[in-house]
Order: sequence, then C-alpha cells, then structure tokens
Amino acid sequence: MGLVMPNPGTIIWMLIIFGVVLFILKKFAWKPILNALKEREESIATALNSAEEAKKEVAGLKADNEKIIIEARREKDAILKEAKELKEKIIAEAKEKAGLETQKSIDQARLQIQAEKNSAINDIKKQVAELSIMIAEKVIKKQLAGKGEQEKMVDGLIDDIKLN
Amino acid sequence: MLKLTKRVFIVLVLSLLSFGPLQAQHGKEEEHAEAVESHGSESHEPEEFNAGEFVIEHVSDAYDWHITSWGETHISIPLPVIVYSKHPELHDGQAFHVFMSSKFNHGHDAYKGFRISESEEFKGKIVELDEQGHELGKPIDLSLTKAVAGALVSVVILLWLVFSVAGAAKRNKGKAPTGIQNLFEPVILFIRDEVAKPAIGEHKYEKFMPFLLTIFFFILINNFMGLIPIVPFGANVTGNISVTMVLALFTFFITTINGNKHYWKEIYWPDVPVWLKFPLFPLMQVVEFSGMLTKPFVLMVRLFANMLAGHMIVTVFVSLIFIFASLFSPAVGLAASPVSIAFSVFILLLDVLVSFIQAYVFTLLSALYFGMATSEHH
Repeated sequence: MGLVMPNPGTIIWMLIIFGVVLFILKKFAWKPILNALKEREESIATALNSAEEAKKEVAGLKADNEKIIIEARREKDAILKEAKELKEKIIAEAKEKAGLETQKSIDQARLQIQAEKNSAINDIKKQVAELSIMIAEKVIKKQLAGKGEQEKMVDGLIDDIKLN
Repeated sequence: MLKLTKRVFIVLVLSLLSFGPLQAQHGKEEEHAEAVESHGSESHEPEEFNAGEFVIEHVSDAYDWHITSWGETHISIPLPVIVYSKHPELHDGQAFHVFMSSKFNHGHDAYKGFRISESEEFKGKIVELDEQGHELGKPIDLSLTKAVAGALVSVVILLWLVFSVAGAAKRNKGKAPTGIQNLFEPVILFIRDEVAKPAIGEHKYEKFMPFLLTIFFFILINNFMGLIPIVPFGANVTGNISVTMVLALFTFFITTINGNKHYWKEIYWPDVPVWLKFPLFPLMQVVEFSGMLTKPFVLMVRLFANMLAGHMIVTVFVSLIFIFASLFSPAVGLAASPVSIAFSVFILLLDVLVSFIQAYVFTLLSALYFGMATSEHH
C-alpha cells in the first residue's frame, strides 16, 4: 500500500516546489521566451510580406518598363511613318510645283512664240503688200505706158461711175 | 509502445504479487530468526537476495538517499527529517523536531522517540514510540524525502535550463536563436502550436501557456533524471503518487477556477429537454461531478503507473542477475548478466520514449481540460 498511498508531507513539499517553480518560470522565463518567439515570428512575417511587396513592385516596374519600351517603339514607328509621309508629301508637292512652273514657262514660251510668229507674219504681210504694190506699180506702169490704154482706162472708169 | 509497457508492467506486478509476499514473509522470518540467534553480534550470515523487496525499495520513497551497500555498510546521503509530534510529552515536551535521517542509522536505531517502522501498518514510515518502544502512530511528517530531494535537483536543472533559454531569448531579440535556445524553442513551439492552440483555441491559449510549459518540462526533466542511475539523479519522482497528485491537482484547480458559465452548465444543467432531465435528475449531476474529479485522477494514475512501471522493470531486469546467482550459483548469475543488461538497456530506451510521451500526454490532457472549461459552445 505504501506505493499507491499519497504521503501528505510529500504533497505539501511538492505543492510548494511546483508552485514556486511555476511562479518563477511564468514571471521571469516563459513570458520573455514566448514574447521573443512571437516578436521573431512577427518580424519574419513582416519581412516576408515586404519581400513579397518588393517583388511585386519590381514586377510592376518591369511591366512598366516594357510598356514604356513598347510605347517608345510605337512612337518611333509613328514618327518614322509621319516623316515618310511628310517626305512623300514634300516630294509630291515639289513635283507638282515643278510641273506647274514648267507648264507656266512652256505656256509663256508658247505665247511668246505666238507673238513672235504673229509679228513675223505681220512683217511678212507688210513686205508682201509692199512687194505687191511695187509689182502692181511696175505692172501698171508698163500697162499704162501708151496713151490709148490710158484713155481706155479712164473711159472704163468713167463708165463705171455713170452706171452707178 | 505504451501498451507494451503496460502489459509488461501488469505481468510483472502479477508475478510480484504472486511471489512477493511469500518472499517478504520468508525474509521476515529469517530476520526474526537472525535477530533471535545473533542479537548484538556483528557477524551476520549474508542475507539472501530478495528481488521483490529490492525492487520495491528502489522505487519507494525513503528518508535517506541510498547510494550503495558494501556488505553491511550502507552508504547513503542523509536527508532532513521534519516531524511534528502528536505526543510532545514523549519527546521532552517538544513537538517540532528537525534532524538528519542519518540519526536513524539506516532504520536500525530509534532517535528521540522516533523510528522508521517495520510493522505491517506503517512500514517504511516514521512512527512515534512510547517509553516501552511500542509504536503509537505516525507524527505529522514533513520530511524532505528522497522524492522531494530528487524533485529539488530536477527543479534546479530545470530552472537553470529554462533561464539560460530566457537569457538567450533576451540577448537574441529579433535575431536567430543560438545554443540551447535551439533545443527548447521547437519544443515550446510544439506545445504552443500543436497542444495549446488546437486544444484551447486561438484566443484563450496564451493564458495557459506558462502552466503547460512548466508542467511539460517539469515532468520531462523529472522523468529523465529518474532514468539516470547515479546520485543525485535516479530518484523516482514522477513515479511517486504524491508528486503526480500535486501535478494533477494543479490541473484540476486551474480547470475549476477558469471554468466559465458554459462549463458549469454542461455539468449541472445540460441542454437536454426538461422531461428527459427529471427522471435522472440527481444521478446525472452526480455522474458529471464525478467525471470532473476522475479527469485529474486519471492524469495522476497514468503518469504514476507509467513511470513506476519503467523503474520497476529496469530494476527487475537488473535483479535477475542476483536472482539467478542466488538460485543456482554466482556463475549462472554472471552468465545471465549480459542478457539482463541488454534487457535493462532496452527498457531504459523505451523509458526515454515513455518519458516524452507521458510528459506530452499530461500536457495535452491538461490543455484539453482547460479547453473544455473555457469553450463557449460545442
């Protein structure tokens, strides 16, 4: 029976011992240990969180960069396209202008030519007229060299007038 | 593993019960005979080895801490005896006595009217004697026995370990743990995350953590110290029913103090229809109330029986050597020694496992009881 019968003296001692140990450890050991554990856990959790956030931020930056690059590329393409268009436009305009100018000078030339031609024709006409008159003078001079012919002529003219 | 230990324990207890008393009686007769024959002479016949007594002596509490015996010379550490007499007139009018247990000369002598009883009723306990030397009964005995001394040694080690961990925790605030901190922190986290949180709940567990940690490490260290067979370790502390009773009482009182309305309602006025309640009115309440008491009782007995069994088996296997030696010849005992030592080592290793399991089970069940006492609904 000795083994299974609790002994009051031992119980009292153990109550004191365990109570004191519980009190001391609770107050001076478990609290700091548990607090340190909790703090460390929290700091690890926050560190992990911030790492995750940094990762996300980096990914965001990367995406941004890519976006910027794409945009720049697009802009470059647009600028190039615009430049090309401008160039073509300028060339076309220049061509047009040149065409117009050429046409103008051609027209002017043509007008000048026409004028020259006209004046030349007039000249020729004048000379032809003069020549004709000269010829006519000479012919007339020759035809009216005899008196009879002069009188016949005058008679004819007078007849014409009378008839009128 | 537990079952195995328990089975071995049962077998051993049965075998002890069957031949223990016979052996004891036999021993006593012999002692008497010896006392009659060679009273006062120094030349005793070498006492025959009594395995039952040997084992029981090893696991029971004692007033001194026995180290070894060499022939008839007993070497032991005396421990303080503190007694408060119920018959001060027999002790020169003084009621309160403090002296070292060495005054009893290993139970052979009486001192100041006290002696360690050898009678059937008070065997092994301090009794008061009247003038004629008859036993009057036990005084109020507050002696610092072997179990208490062993517990004190363990407590010193426990405090040293835990305080070095606490120191390291303070030193390494916000840094990686170092040294012994690495050994303790996983266990502390295990108790917190696997025992306290699931059993008590996320919001209320913090209040009980110091007690759960203290009881776990107290039981564990005491279990381990009990396995080391060298003084100042090896005292059977957690295999002492008074010790386990105190631990269970702490659990019981903390459960009772923290019991909320719901806990008491479950016991005395559970949520069942009234017409069902009345036929069993006083009976159910009595059953529930006894359930409240059996919980710590079971805690007490489980730890006590497991640790006692471990100690007993180891001692039995060691004593096999002497049983064989005394039954046949010392040569047979010597031949049996490797086997029994191998068995002892096996059981000791098993006991290391059991030490962990019992500390864990005690802590887990305490946590579950706290959880029951503080839960709000099913």
